[in-house]
Amino acid sequence: MTKKQKKNLYRIIISLVLLLVLKFAADPLIGKLDVNAEIRKLIEIAVYLIPYLIVGGNVVAKAGRNMLHGHIFDENFLMTVATIGAFALGDYTEAAAVMIFYQVGTLFESIAVARSRKSIASLAALRPDYVNVERDGELVKLSPEGVGIGDTIIVLAGEKVPLDGEVIDGESYVDTSALTGESVPRRVSVGSEIMSGYINQQGKLVVRVSKEFGESTVCKILDMVQNASSRKSRSENFITRFARIYTPAVVGAAVLVAVLPPVITGQAFSKWIERALLFLVVSCPCALVISIPLGFFGGIGAASKCGILIKGSNYLEALANAGTIVFDKTGTLTKGVFRVQEIVGAVCSDATGERVDTDDADERDRIIEIAAYAEAYSNHPIGRSIELYYEQQGHSVDKSLIRDTKEVSGKGIVLTKDSGTFYVGNAKLLQEAGIVEEEKEEPILSAAMQCKDGTVVYVADSERLLGYIVISDEIKDNTAEAIEQLSVQGIAESVMLTGDRRATAEAVAEKLGISKTYSELLPQDKLSILEEIIAEGTTPTVFVGDGINDAPALTRADVGIAMGGLGQDAAIEAADIVIMDDNPGKIVIARKIGIKTLAIVKQNIVFALAVKLLIMVLGVIGIANMWMAVFGDVGVSVIAILNSMRLLNHKKY
Amino acid sequence: MKKRYQLEDLDCANCAAKMEEAIKKIEGVNDAVVSFMAQTLTIDADEERLDKIMKQVKKCIAKVDSDCTLIM
Repeated sequence: MTKKQKKNLYRIIISLVLLLVLKFAADPLIGKLDVNAEIRKLIEIAVYLIPYLIVGGNVVAKAGRNMLHGHIFDENFLMTVATIGAFALGDYTEAAAVMIFYQVGTLFESIAVARSRKSIASLAALRPDYVNVERDGELVKLSPEGVGIGDTIIVLAGEKVPLDGEVIDGESYVDTSALTGESVPRRVSVGSEIMSGYINQQGKLVVRVSKEFGESTVCKILDMVQNASSRKSRSENFITRFARIYTPAVVGAAVLVAVLPPVITGQAFSKWIERALLFLVVSCPCALVISIPLGFFGGIGAASKCGILIKGSNYLEALANAGTIVFDKTGTLTKGVFRVQEIVGAVCSDATGERVDTDDADERDRIIEIAAYAEAYSNHPIGRSIELYYEQQGHSVDKSLIRDTKEVSGKGIVLTKDSGTFYVGNAKLLQEAGIVEEEKEEPILSAAMQCKDGTVVYVADSERLLGYIVISDEIKDNTAEAIEQLSVQGIAESVMLTGDRRATAEAVAEKLGISKTYSELLPQDKLSILEEIIAEGTTPTVFVGDGINDAPALTRADVGIAMGGLGQDAAIEAADIVIMDDNPGKIVIARKIGIKTLAIVKQNIVFALAVKLLIMVLGVIGIANMWMAVFGDVGVSVIAILNSMRLLNHKKY
Repeated sequence: MKKRYQLEDLDCANCAAKMEEAIKKIEGVNDAVVSFMAQTLTIDADEERLDKIMKQVKKCIAKVDSDCTLIM
């Protein structure tokens, strides 16, 4: 409890005790006083005002101040008017007791909100307070902002890693759960990348810093979570708009209740004013105004504990309502770790029309050599795998031999070397260069087309096809399961986009149970197909990519999910939801949290409005009393808040 | 220019919405978000006039909820 909450608690206890004393000890005494009724009434008011003002003085003061500023009809005002009305009608005990009850409710509310704030603030505890740096053989603590790229820092056992970097000495296990939700510790040793926000569990680690503090993973994540509640969901915007119409409408209705019946029927005004006051108290929209953002906040908080970062409540809502989910294949559904599987030399006719079988070891070496040179400047994972394979064979690329490499986007690379021009890429590249005609006429091409195991990279010189390299990529372990669960959750259509050949793409899609596949796409095609899907759909469309090269699609989709965002700034920037590790099962969890959040938000809206309406009606016909009205206000708020807090329990997901 | 400030003792969600609206109307403020849950004010305002604007922001906050304070 904060100081303020404690103060309120003491006030409540003191005035409650005082009220009981007055009721059972002082009341009979006042009754025995030998004074006339008027004076006795004044004494009673004066006595009961003491507990009333102790517990509710700040409410009355606030109401007065707000009225001066032109803010009428807030909670404070309603409570003040309602309780003063009770005093005027002679219900002194009730006036004080209702104020106590109201304050108890407010206290509960404030504690509940603080608790859920805290559970999200636990992420903020990841922010490092200091960095250990060795100076003259001694450890010195510096502020994280004071350490630059390339500096060496030391992380002791039990400490959080303060900055991103690479381990240059020591080995240990690190707890990554705060960032990834993964409970199994990860082993790190010399050469491992390490992220701020990990916790070093065992030994001493020496880390070379690779990013400044402001750019570090932990800072980016905190920034994102703290900004999350500023992007409001439709339900939240609805409530804001709703409150704008609701409050004046209720005030108008209350005035009617107070004026119309007595004027028409000639009954006492006091009775109907009391009912109107009650009507006003119960009508306060606080239950909705607090519990709905709290629900989304809770959902986002629970997700962040599972290693899923959500940038705004609107995305959580859209994910829950989504009907189509579009996946990028490489790195998202598959591991994105490529390995050279096979090298095949071409069997074809040479210039003189004679058949030459070039599929021997020397030729295969030549094919991989050309490919490795072509990919020397490429960052593409496939290119890297070819280079790696070449290096593993004990060779290395001599870049001085390369005259020029030209990348043809989505097709491959044209390499110019001393020994001539070479083409390394897919069938389209070769067709454009006029090296092969139709795919099917070339037996080697059609053989390669049949090959389902992976991506095929063709290698050709300026005259003929030399052969091809098969590169494979494994499907992630739980992808099929995740896609199945998504369809159980009501995702009607799952779509896969890939630049890969059709045979490979369809084989993967079949294994995973994906309903629609678009293959052989150029990077720009992915975006236009996604746009078509978005235009066709009536429900939000989700795009899942690995965040490295699908930034435009991530931005364009209603919900862009980046997988494996840990340490990737571009992904964190472009995506709406970032899954820190690269587990596809987390998409299922994120959607579960979204659906649950929406359900709870709806429950709160329906529950609060129904109870309020019921008490309003009962109040007007004279059945409900002030106690019920206060329950309808703060009681309903507390129940709705407690309901929202259920979302915070992330272990369920 | 965007800046974030911490708010202390922001106790009612409705007040947060009212503050947000009032702050948005201040001259030189492009956008403002008051987050009840995070207890923060994120403001996008003219940098040159920031001092003046923040004074007005403080006034706005005090008007809506006198208990709430802006931590500069």
